[in-house]
Amino acid sequence: MATAAVSTERKNYLNAEHGIRSWLLTTDHKRIALLYLLSITFFFFIGGFFALLIRLELLTPAGDLMTADMYNKAFTMHGQIMVFFFLIPSIPAVLGNFLIPMMIGAKDLAFPRINLLSWYIYIVAGALYLHCLVNGGVDTGWTFYTPYSSLFSNTHVVEAGLSIFIVGFSSILTGLNFVVTVHRMRAPGMTWSRLPLFVWSHYATSIIMLLGTPVIAITLLLVVLERTLNLGIFDPSRGGDPVLFQHLFWFYSHPAVYIMILPSMAVISEIVPCFSRKRVFGYSFVAASSIAIAAIGFLVWAHHMFVAGISLYSALVFSFLSFLVAVPSAVKVFNWTATMYKGSISFSTPMLYAFGFIGLFTIGGLTGLFLATLGVDVHLHDTYFVIAHFHYVMVGGAVMGYLGGIHFWWPKISGRMYPEGWGRLAALIVFLGFNLTFFPQFIVGYLGMPRRYWQYPPEYQVYNVLSTAGASILAVGYLLPMVYLLWSLRYGKPAPDNPWQATGLEWKTPSPPPTFNFDETPVVTWEAYEYETMPLPDEVTLER
Amino acid sequence: MFDNLPLWPTSASVHARYEDWLFIFLTLVSVAMTVLIFAAVAFFAMKYRRRHGREATPIEGSLLLEIGWSVAPLGIMLVMFAAGALLYFRMRTPPTDSDQVYVVAKQWMWKLQHMEGPREINQLHVPVGRDIELIMTSQDVIHSFYVPAFRVKQDVVPGRYTTLWFRATRPGTYHLFCAQYCGTMHSGMIGEVVVMDPRDYQAWMVNGAASGTLAQTGMTLFQQLGCNTCHQSDVQGRGPMLNGVFGHPVQLEDGRVVTADENYVRESILQPAAKIVSGFKPIMPSWQGQVNEEQLNQLVAYIKSLSPAPEGQAMTSGAPGGTQAQESQETK
Repeated sequence: MATAAVSTERKNYLNAEHGIRSWLLTTDHKRIALLYLLSITFFFFIGGFFALLIRLELLTPAGDLMTADMYNKAFTMHGQIMVFFFLIPSIPAVLGNFLIPMMIGAKDLAFPRINLLSWYIYIVAGALYLHCLVNGGVDTGWTFYTPYSSLFSNTHVVEAGLSIFIVGFSSILTGLNFVVTVHRMRAPGMTWSRLPLFVWSHYATSIIMLLGTPVIAITLLLVVLERTLNLGIFDPSRGGDPVLFQHLFWFYSHPAVYIMILPSMAVISEIVPCFSRKRVFGYSFVAASSIAIAAIGFLVWAHHMFVAGISLYSALVFSFLSFLVAVPSAVKVFNWTATMYKGSISFSTPMLYAFGFIGLFTIGGLTGLFLATLGVDVHLHDTYFVIAHFHYVMVGGAVMGYLGGIHFWWPKISGRMYPEGWGRLAALIVFLGFNLTFFPQFIVGYLGMPRRYWQYPPEYQVYNVLSTAGASILAVGYLLPMVYLLWSLRYGKPAPDNPWQATGLEWKTPSPPPTFNFDETPVVTWEAYEYETMPLPDEVTLER
Repeated sequence: MFDNLPLWPTSASVHARYEDWLFIFLTLVSVAMTVLIFAAVAFFAMKYRRRHGREATPIEGSLLLEIGWSVAPLGIMLVMFAAGALLYFRMRTPPTDSDQVYVVAKQWMWKLQHMEGPREINQLHVPVGRDIELIMTSQDVIHSFYVPAFRVKQDVVPGRYTTLWFRATRPGTYHLFCAQYCGTMHSGMIGEVVVMDPRDYQAWMVNGAASGTLAQTGMTLFQQLGCNTCHQSDVQGRGPMLNGVFGHPVQLEDGRVVTADENYVRESILQPAAKIVSGFKPIMPSWQGQVNEEQLNQLVAYIKSLSPAPEGQAMTSGAPGGTQAQESQETK
């Protein structure tokens, strides 16, 4: 199997059928993954455009580039698009969809048609959101806090709320599909203790999607009904409770952070052993920590509400549980680091992203402790410190993992090698640009600059200028892979079946894989990450 | 271009000093951890970088290490938790003899009224060294009262009172921000807190002398609205007598006992049927929509002034003793 076959003539999932119909009606998990890849990339650049507008406005203290209302819409739609239309589907719907069946030795997901349905639901929701956007957009902040969203905002709250209500079903169906697939479709010999950690982490993610997403759906529906039918659930003048909304919203939206970060941890758990040529250190602890994060992650939501007027004692409980959820995250970081010990480490692009992930996620996680500390959160809540913290986790963590994964599996997905030199350069630019963008926000946050401010006191300007400068570097770092990955589709070297000499069933099938992944159902007799049995990859094939 | 490069926010309250030390502790721990991880990754990456003729050594893992690096961070985090909780307890428990200021937030301004009478907009004058308690509500959406120099912040929620207290330690003028997004001019909902020397503050107070204290205005309003026809001061009328009620337990018709705090009084004016005092009939009309937030504050201040006992001042929604009524209101 290790023979590097040139596979241009062989039938694979890309050339098995032709024409637009063969894509729009496909039930192949790999093709659906590519449909998702295109759609989320589209939304990533729209969300990125709003980020650019935000950073340009904040270059000067005065509100001079756009009106206050435009600015409020820009940060609202930046957040909603990035969270609901990019980050949540990103790794699960693209890499998870593509890889989970192959990693467990299955022909497809358990429900291939439901898989396609989930993409169509995503597209309907996305179209509705774009309709809302071109009609003037929405200005509630991505958090939709009542009673502003339910009684006061004059923007398209109903449409935005409905589109996020709808997109939730796409994520529920993906989660459902993954759970059933992992339970029912594993190849002979692929026991739970032999599952790649990528699958474990996605399993934990799917549980959150299944249990959490219905809650945000109901919550947003209540806001929509309150606006259209005047229900009074969140309206204090009719006995409603505006703070109730925050409980319901964060009950989903905090676990949603783990929907975004767990799949990224899944990718890192594959990359680090491969480029260290070692089994992952403490396999069962890394696997169990994913489940622990999913479980405890449901019990920390009110740490977003320490100054919202919740009772003293519930604040204590939620603070304690928030510290507790940091333990399994720390365990992962320590295990990845330990995996490198006495390894044979290569500095290939995916590994550079993994280094970046470990570093940025460490900072993102540690600054989360500041916010879990009750008395300190009172000062930091709703300032740029929070913005910096969650961008370190959700961009520094989740997006670094996503890019690392795209590079790692690009040969499998496209059948082509990407240019390694450009890959490393882009990884470096992303890392530097990211830190320059978001590190200054920790400082300006501690100085007291509140989030969602269109204009701000002049003493905060220097940090905002640094941040905007960093954002422009970061933009280059994100555009570069777009360019050279597209370039590689035509000019890249044909990829061997297993360019990295990685373990894992997805590498034991041709690049790109045939429609049903394996000619014969594989029988697994080995544990995950038995790198001691694999030869070193041929460095010459990897360069350029 | 930049006249200054601030690195640390001004510290001007008793909370600020404690909070800064805690922040420094957290920063030191975080920097140590970050350096540890970065150094380990960099060291392993360099020492074990791929060379010809050397292979990786397979290692399964180590139970001892796993336990160690789970328990040790948890231990440090428990210290953070405890220190943070102590500070939070202090912030949420106003001293009993604090000076009270009523705050009404609306899109996009802060309206404040001192107990002595003076009103302010987007400005709050306070004396240095005194405990100041703000009793806050909102006329429309949720806002948040934030003074970075004091390290205090509290959401201001429509339909209920929330409280915040501080003791300023340094005269000066400090930023007041709205920290909870509240619509178009959220970033314009700013003001300043002016901390003054006590003597200057007295002078300012005399200059701004209003038509009467908050409680006096409340008493006038109480009579204008005809509240006194049922709530009489010497005999029990159709409504309960209000003398000495505030800050004390009230026996309700349904058997519950609640403490009469600001939120209870507020609710009894706006939704009189929610909690009926034992022995009375639900005949009082609702004043929802007929008195505005500032008038409500005046009425509350008046009813409060009918109970001169010192513990009455502690009975605000933020204090542990006052949570009973607030919680029963939340679960209603």
